[in-house]
Order: sequence, then C-alpha cells, then structure tokens
Amino acid sequence: MFYREAGDFKTSYIADSQTFPIKFDRYRYYVVLAVAFGIVPFLINDYWANALLLPFLIYAIAAIGLNILVGYCGQVSLGTGGFMAVGAYACYKLMTAFPDVSMFIHVILAGGITALVGVLFGLPSLRIKGFYLAVATLAAQFFLVWLFNRVPWFYNYSASGQINAPERDVFGIIITGPNAPAWATYLFCLVFLTVCAIIARNLTRGTIGRTWMAIRDMDIAAEIIGVNPLKAKLTAFAVSSFFVGISGALFFAVYLGAVEVGEVFGIQKSFLVLFMIIIGGLGSIFGSFAGAAFLVLLPVLLKLIGVDLLGWPTDIVAHLNLVIVGAMIIMFLILEPHGLAQLWRVAKEKLRLWPFPH
Amino acid sequence: MKKKMATLALGALMAAGPAMADLVFPSLSYRTGPYAAGGIPFADGYADYFTLLNERDGGIGGVPARVIECETGYNTEKGVECYESTKGEGALVYQPLSTGITYQLIPKVTADGIPLHTMGYGRTSAANGDVFSHVFNYPANYWNGASGAINYLLDENGGDLSGKTIALVYHNSAYGKEPIRTLETLAEKHGYDLTLLPVDHPGQEQKSQWLQIRREKPDYVIMWGWGVMNQVAVQEAANIRFPMENFIGVWWSGAEFDVEPAGDKATGYKALTFTGLGKDYPVYEDLQKYVVDAGKAAGAGDQLGSVQYNRGLYAAMLAAEAVKTAQEMHGTAEIDPSMMRDGMEALEMTNAKMEALGMAGFGPEFSVSCENHGGPGLVGVVQWDAAAGTWNSIQDFKPTDAEVINALIAEDSAAYAAENNIETRCN
Repeated sequence: MFYREAGDFKTSYIADSQTFPIKFDRYRYYVVLAVAFGIVPFLINDYWANALLLPFLIYAIAAIGLNILVGYCGQVSLGTGGFMAVGAYACYKLMTAFPDVSMFIHVILAGGITALVGVLFGLPSLRIKGFYLAVATLAAQFFLVWLFNRVPWFYNYSASGQINAPERDVFGIIITGPNAPAWATYLFCLVFLTVCAIIARNLTRGTIGRTWMAIRDMDIAAEIIGVNPLKAKLTAFAVSSFFVGISGALFFAVYLGAVEVGEVFGIQKSFLVLFMIIIGGLGSIFGSFAGAAFLVLLPVLLKLIGVDLLGWPTDIVAHLNLVIVGAMIIMFLILEPHGLAQLWRVAKEKLRLWPFPH
Repeated sequence: MKKKMATLALGALMAAGPAMADLVFPSLSYRTGPYAAGGIPFADGYADYFTLLNERDGGIGGVPARVIECETGYNTEKGVECYESTKGEGALVYQPLSTGITYQLIPKVTADGIPLHTMGYGRTSAANGDVFSHVFNYPANYWNGASGAINYLLDENGGDLSGKTIALVYHNSAYGKEPIRTLETLAEKHGYDLTLLPVDHPGQEQKSQWLQIRREKPDYVIMWGWGVMNQVAVQEAANIRFPMENFIGVWWSGAEFDVEPAGDKATGYKALTFTGLGKDYPVYEDLQKYVVDAGKAAGAGDQLGSVQYNRGLYAAMLAAEAVKTAQEMHGTAEIDPSMMRDGMEALEMTNAKMEALGMAGFGPEFSVSCENHGGPGLVGVVQWDAAAGTWNSIQDFKPTDAEVINALIAEDSAAYAAENNIETRCN
C-alpha cells in the first residue's frame, strides 16, 4: 500500500538513480540512521556496547570489505583475519608512535596500510583464480599471523607478545582504553560503518563497481570489452583491504583493547567473516549487515535463552549453539543460496504487489 | 534487524536485573573447546566450594554465595562478553583462568573497581600492587614457576647448570611467552643455554618441535602448555624416548589428564605445583557429605581430588577467605567489590586458618600487602607415577629467586605504569 514507486515522481537523473528509489525505503533509511545516531547513544550501556553493538558494527565493516572482493569482484579470499591483523598492528604502531594524533586519522591510516598490503597479496590474483587464489590468500593469512608473532618490533618488544591499546581520544573524548564511555566507542564505530557503507554502495554503483562485476561474471569477456583486469582486481583488493583494515583497527583498539594475534586474527576469523557474507548475501551491502548481525547476535541470543531463561548448563548451551548455528547455515544455503539479502529482496517484491498480487 | 534487537533487549533486561542480596562470584569457565580438559575440573572445584559453604555454613558470614557461570571457551571475545554481562550483578571478583582474558580484563576491572584474581597465571608483573591496584596473582606466578623449575634443576645438578641446555616448549601466546624473560635472565646468571620452541594454538601440531628436541638433545625440557597441547607433548616426548624425568611442566601442565593418554611411558614426568594433591584433606569429607551426596556437585561430579579440581577449590577458598577478611574490616556482611578488594589486599593465610578449614598444608602460608599482590611464590615439584595413577610430591614448597624476579617485576610494571600514566599508590 505504501511501498511502491507509483506517485513518487523523479524529475532529474540524479533523483532517478539514487540508492533508494522508493520513498518508503528512503524514509526507513533516514529513520534507521536517526535511531542509530540520535537515540541509541543515550540508551547504551557497557553490556550493549561491548557484547552486541561494537562487534556487530565492526564485523559489518569487515563483511562489507570482504563482500567487495568476493561478492562483487569474484576473488575468493581466506586472508581476512590476516588483513584485520595488519590493520590492528598498524593502528597500534601509529597509536604508540604518535600519541597526540586523533584516532580517526590512525584508523584511516591503518586502513591505508592494509590496502597496500592487500594489493601486494592481490598480485597473484592476476595469474590464479578460484580455489587456487583461495589457497594463495590462505598463505597470506598464515604468513601475516606468523610475522606479527615472530617480529618483536610489531608489538613494541612487550614481554607477552600482546598489543595493548593505550588511552587515545578524538576531540578530547576518550575512545580507546577502559575509561572510554560506551556511547563514544559506539558512535566512533558507527561513523566508520556509515561512511564505509556509503562509500562501498556508491563505488559498487559506479564505473569501478561495474568493472569488478564484469570481472566476476566472466573475466575474459570483460577483458574483451575493454575492462583492465589488472586495475579492476587490484582496486578490488585495495578497497576491500582498506575496509578490512579499518575493521581490524577498530576491533583491536576500540572493542578488545588487547590482542593476541594468533587467537584473535587466526584462520577462524577469516572463515567467520566469509560465513557472514555467504549467509548475508554475496554482492550486497545489506547482506553484509544482515550476515554480521546474524552471526554476532545469534550466539548471544541463544545464550540468553538457554542459560539465563531456561537455566541450562553452560556447556550444553555452548554445544547447542554450534549445532544450531551450523544447522541454520546449512538451512540457509539450501533454502536461500543467495542469502538473507535475497530474502529481503523477495519480501520487497511481494510488498510492492501487495495487496493485489497477480 | 531492529526487531531482533528488540527481542534481545527483553532478554538483556531480564538478565541484568540487579540482585545485591548475595555474594556474587562469576565463574568465567570453559567446558568446551580444546582447553576444556583443564577448564572443567577447575570450574567444578570453584563451584563446589561455594556450594559447600552455602549448604554447611549458610554462606559466608551469613550471606549466601552465588556462582554465575559463563562459558568463554578460552576465547577472549567471549570472555569480554561474559565480563560485561556479569559485572552488573554485583560481581565481587573475577577469575578467568585464561591469561589472554586476563590481559583484556586488567584495564577494565581497574576502571570498574572490581578485583581480579589470577592465581598462578595472568600478567606476572601484576604482583606489584603499587601499580596494579585491582589485580592479584597470589600465591605464585609464572616467574616463580620458571625460577622454581631452574632451582629444582640446580639442586639436581649440585648447584651448577653451566653448559647445560634447556629447551622451553611453550604455547605461542601471552601465556606461554610469560616465562621467557625470566628464563633468559636466569640463563645469564647460571650459564645454561636456552632454546625456545613455540607451539601454536591449539597445540596438536608438535612434530617439528620434538624432532628438533630429538636432534639437539637438550638436557632438560621445560613446558608451558595448556589444554590439548600437554597431552600431545607428553606423548611426543614418549615417542622420541626423551627421558621423562628430565621433562618438567608448569603447574598448568601437570594434571592427570595430561599424562594418562601416554600410559606407562609417562612415568617420571614432573610438574610444578602450588597446591596440595589428592583427596586426603578433611574438607573432602564435608564436600562428600554436603555437596556430592546431596546431588549438588557441579558438572558431572567426577573430578573430586584431581589436580585442577583442587586448584579450583583453592581459588574459591582464597576468595571466600578474602570475603571474610573484608567483612571483618568493614563490619558488614554484604560487601561490595571495593570492600572485596580491600579484603584481598589484607588477606593472610596461615597454617592455623587452613587447618580450621580442613585444608591443612593445601597451599603455602602467605600474606598480601599493598605493595605485594603476588604472595611469596613458593613452588613445589610433583612427579607422575603411571602404575599407581598418582602424582607424588618430590619437593616441598620452596622459595624462588626473588632477587631476579622482583627486578623483572619492577621493570615490567614500571613500563606499564608509564604507558598508562598510573601513579604508584602505596606509601
């Protein structure tokens, strides 16, 4: 009834090609932004921030990054954990070397450094494809983790080999360290997520995004019609790693505060982010959000139901959690291989026709 | 997405209702994953002791104790989630049994004013209470362990280790890296050669490390392992026929389940300890009567008397004694975390006290002070006898090289204080 194009007249090309062509979608988008920026910061407490919202926001950035590479450009990568580690360690080195610089700049620079590393490890993608590329990026994963474990310069020669985020601020408000207020850390990550999502959305709608998708759909055909595979693949690696690096920096500095590379940025992190985009939907920005929300919130939800409401033993709930999440992943892959984003798309199609479907 | 959050909000509200009427002890346990073998008995012992206090004495000072268990899987992210979800319930003290989670929690608990007790693990330099106001690691820490192992080897070799080679097989994490600095300093002092052999999480892959040991034939192997890594290491050592009596594990590598898989070949394996062994203590009669026979034992109830169960029991006992100290100090039975911190800082464990608890000689005598949160660092050595299936004590609790350790603690904690702008507080 409300959800349709009819009556929503566009009088310019810009209006015609906007991200949300349907009025209802547009307003919903503004409402979500208003709630996220205007209401949540006043209600948030430490539990909400550290257990739910920060991991969701940060994983969403990582998922957007990986989605650009895998979903839009078709280059399978298992190196996400390693690239997140690059972001985290770059951020740590910058934070300790330049304590007076704003955290915004550190995080963005950490993303930039990760982009460079990503391009370096993206070079093999010009020669190898598919599973073989996955193996090459897997090598990047193990190499990077090994490097950060092995070379003491990266962790400033600390006895434990861990990196600890010192207290740093943005415009005088503490963002990292234990005294950072929940709303500040939340808003800091939210700003990054919003900007990343807008950039990613617009990149994928423009020339660069179209070259990525051309490469993904058929690289030989793309080359014949004039897409430069070198440029397309390497930009995909650079942009993807940039986002992943930002998420790694936030993960370390804002969310965890202390990181041990082997445990936090190991291979399981690469798989987790990959599962997020597969469940959420490959080649969809909304899918990145949905997948991150699904895999971050579901275990917490199951724990709340199992342990706190039903009073089951914690180990049974932890095991059930694995079973249920695993079963749901299989179920999704069978029932909706294109992920949560496709469900959302189908729901919107149905809504448009409602209440008079043909 | 919003809808999902709304349902979550409901759940979180239900979970976060404050209940100040009892003494809350969150147990960040791990009963799943590659480290569950050590996590289960520890969590059982921790929970059972508080059950015993509730059933036998009606709580501590008349206030019942409540243990909230939260599964971390030895994973730092889940540890943070557990911390955040339990701290609102009036948590008195955190004992995560994970060095990784400890590093995560040190700044958080200090900011939130909740004490953290990392008994025999965690950040060693937290023994300096001058810098780490809310962190305690009595009665012994990793550097005591490293020095204790070297002291034991010194005794074996008539006080001279020069020219000997010692290999350290360690879990490649903050936990395993802790003793390196001490062992290196001691190597300079005593003139032995140290080889470092890291094993990556979770520790099932150790072929290359033990191949290197077979090739280089070090005189002794010291191990800093946890979870499945221990069993694999003992088995690998047996496979290359490394003499077991020259193989010493830290206290987290010295439980029954670590050596049993290797069978008879594990006989002679040694481990450090800072707690008593077995069930030969009067407290076990009460445990049997009030907890096990009443069907209130935590978990499967089959861990009583095992090494890590005793550690959990000991950790709970120290927490309960700190509560009693705090109750006396502040004259109130219902204490809050800051009073608990004062109680821990004023804790005194005497033989008479432990005997009254039915745990005579279960741990060393010690007292905590503002400057010293680490206790005396007395370390014993035990040896495995596979035929009898028991650990036998071969060295009583003995002091470690305080001179070397204190210098290292002062250095490391000063670096931490400078990094985080912490002012010393004890004068």
